[in-house]
Amino acid sequence: MIAEPALERRTRTRQFVRIDSGYRWATRASAVFVLLVLGGVILSLVEGALPALGTYGFDFLTSQRWNPVTEKFGAAAPIYGTIVTSFIAMAIALPIGIGIAVFLTEVCPPVARRTIGTAIELLAGIPSIIYGIWGLFTLAPFLQEHVQPSIIDAAEGIAILETLFAGPPYGIGMLTAALILSVMVLPFIASISRDVFETVPPMLKESAYGIGCTTWEVVRHVVLPYTKIGVIGGAMLGLGRALGETMAVTFVIGNAHKIHGSLLAPGTTISATIANEFTEAVGDLYTSSLIALGLILFAITFLVLAAARLMLARLERREGK
Amino acid sequence: MVSCLGRAADISGAGATFPYPIYAQWAATYKAETGIGLNYQSIGSGGGIKQAIARTVIFGATDRPLKSEELEKHGLVQFPMVMGGVVPVINVPGIAPGALTLDGTTLADIYLGRIKRWNDPAISRLNPGLVLPSTGIIVLHRSDGSGTTFIFADYLAKSNPAWRDEVGVSTAVEWPIGLGAKGNEGIANYVMRAKGTIGYVEYVYAKQNKLAYTRLVNREGVAVSPTLSVFQAAAAGADWAARPGFDVVLTDQPGAGSWPIAGATFILLPRRPRDVAATREAIKFFAWAYRRGGNMAEALDYIPMPETVIALVESAWSRQVVDATGAPLYRGGS
Repeated sequence: MIAEPALERRTRTRQFVRIDSGYRWATRASAVFVLLVLGGVILSLVEGALPALGTYGFDFLTSQRWNPVTEKFGAAAPIYGTIVTSFIAMAIALPIGIGIAVFLTEVCPPVARRTIGTAIELLAGIPSIIYGIWGLFTLAPFLQEHVQPSIIDAAEGIAILETLFAGPPYGIGMLTAALILSVMVLPFIASISRDVFETVPPMLKESAYGIGCTTWEVVRHVVLPYTKIGVIGGAMLGLGRALGETMAVTFVIGNAHKIHGSLLAPGTTISATIANEFTEAVGDLYTSSLIALGLILFAITFLVLAAARLMLARLERREGK
Repeated sequence: MVSCLGRAADISGAGATFPYPIYAQWAATYKAETGIGLNYQSIGSGGGIKQAIARTVIFGATDRPLKSEELEKHGLVQFPMVMGGVVPVINVPGIAPGALTLDGTTLADIYLGRIKRWNDPAISRLNPGLVLPSTGIIVLHRSDGSGTTFIFADYLAKSNPAWRDEVGVSTAVEWPIGLGAKGNEGIANYVMRAKGTIGYVEYVYAKQNKLAYTRLVNREGVAVSPTLSVFQAAAAGADWAARPGFDVVLTDQPGAGSWPIAGATFILLPRRPRDVAATREAIKFFAWAYRRGGNMAEALDYIPMPETVIALVESAWSRQVVDATGAPLYRGGS
């Protein structure tokens, strides 16, 4: 009679232990699985890229040539295009995205908040091919007829801008690709920033308002410092998408394996090159060069994420956390 | 009736994207008539060649013909299935479809970046009486690897030594100048809306989008407009019998009425197939398509193979494709 509850307790405890260890084991397996997949991807990329890297060596990174006929391949043009388009896209999308988030959390009347928020999330749900087609059929002709000619005229005679915006106005090109990318990464930055802005304790903001701060001062000195890690995380997510975006870019970048000084000139990115050429790549070196491009994109993404982590760590250290 | 023969396995094939619409049309009609299905994956010519060599499909399809040595090495037979024409298209204000005439040398110079303006003397000389604007030429090419590019580059190389030496011929090349657009539709769209452009597309895209095509001066010095009959003339003029692997690219072919940029798309079959029954069905399907598929092909703006070529192909089948005992899979006339 007395032993029974004790026995029951013991079995139940044992059961809990079993469930708990099973649970721990399952989560650990999931984490290891990700690492295994990642390792597998790296291994197969390296293996596939070896013939090309062995043949061209360091030249592969610095050469602009991309000649499938003579099998001379170099990745400089796609690397340049990937970095430049992503950088411009972030330069446009980051301020606008944070601006949207500030508006939604600090300024916007509550009625409109949900509508605008949903609209931004819908932007993130549009497939990239739609962005590409819109860019080709709508944005590019508009830029070609109404925007680029005046940019070219305005930049003429001004030292650096003259090269940066040299004509002719094709409509498609590096700048158009960057603009499309900025629209595509905007929802990531805006909605993540909004979510983290909402985590700022109301007491902090109210105190600031209470001592007479303006909205700008509250955002600048309370909200942004409190949430900067989240905002940077959102920006990195957006940058990751910009670096890897394929379809939309392929449609509007002009797909030329050359590095031009002008942003209006056609260029190419790593993922656009792979998407364009992989199906018809005949010959081992050609295929291997495309896989090597994939490896380079992997490395670029890794470096960018590592740099972001480093930046965050340094920020935290400066604050003595 | 079909059921007493047992359910035959579907025929699997993979390769070129260009012939996909007609293969799909043929497959649907053939299935309705015989109950035997054809599963064709349009993964690109490169993939078609790889899969035919690896024997993962019953047949491979490619726009870029393999050379005899390659066929020998991998134990494959190759034959042309259907043809298409490639047409230069332009958008120059004031110039109607077919009003502008170009030749191969000039076209290559435009694509090399040596002719930069529409009123260049080289273009004017070919078009006396036509008022050409002084605007720059915007050159469009395919950004994706493509059989269309292969045929076009082959024509430029045959007509202009500078192209042959500096650029060469492949499904993708190192373009000296220009913008890359994805697919025939990408080029057609850009040419349609941007002034001063020139591009090249499969005939059907020029026709359906009502683009301003150019006339071309062929090998005999005659300027021809692109129609099905001039494409067919190009195929009829070619010397197929001299090429055992049928690796003929129909560019710059003889014949006063022949269009200079055309090309066939090819099928690759193993000489000693592992799956004899399915390969036999595949050959039956191709024989049926040659005999009965011509109208369907023309309705989709493809060009059927001429009778003489079909006879050569059938004789090649009966000689070259054999089972394990060496008996031919195709005995003709079914």
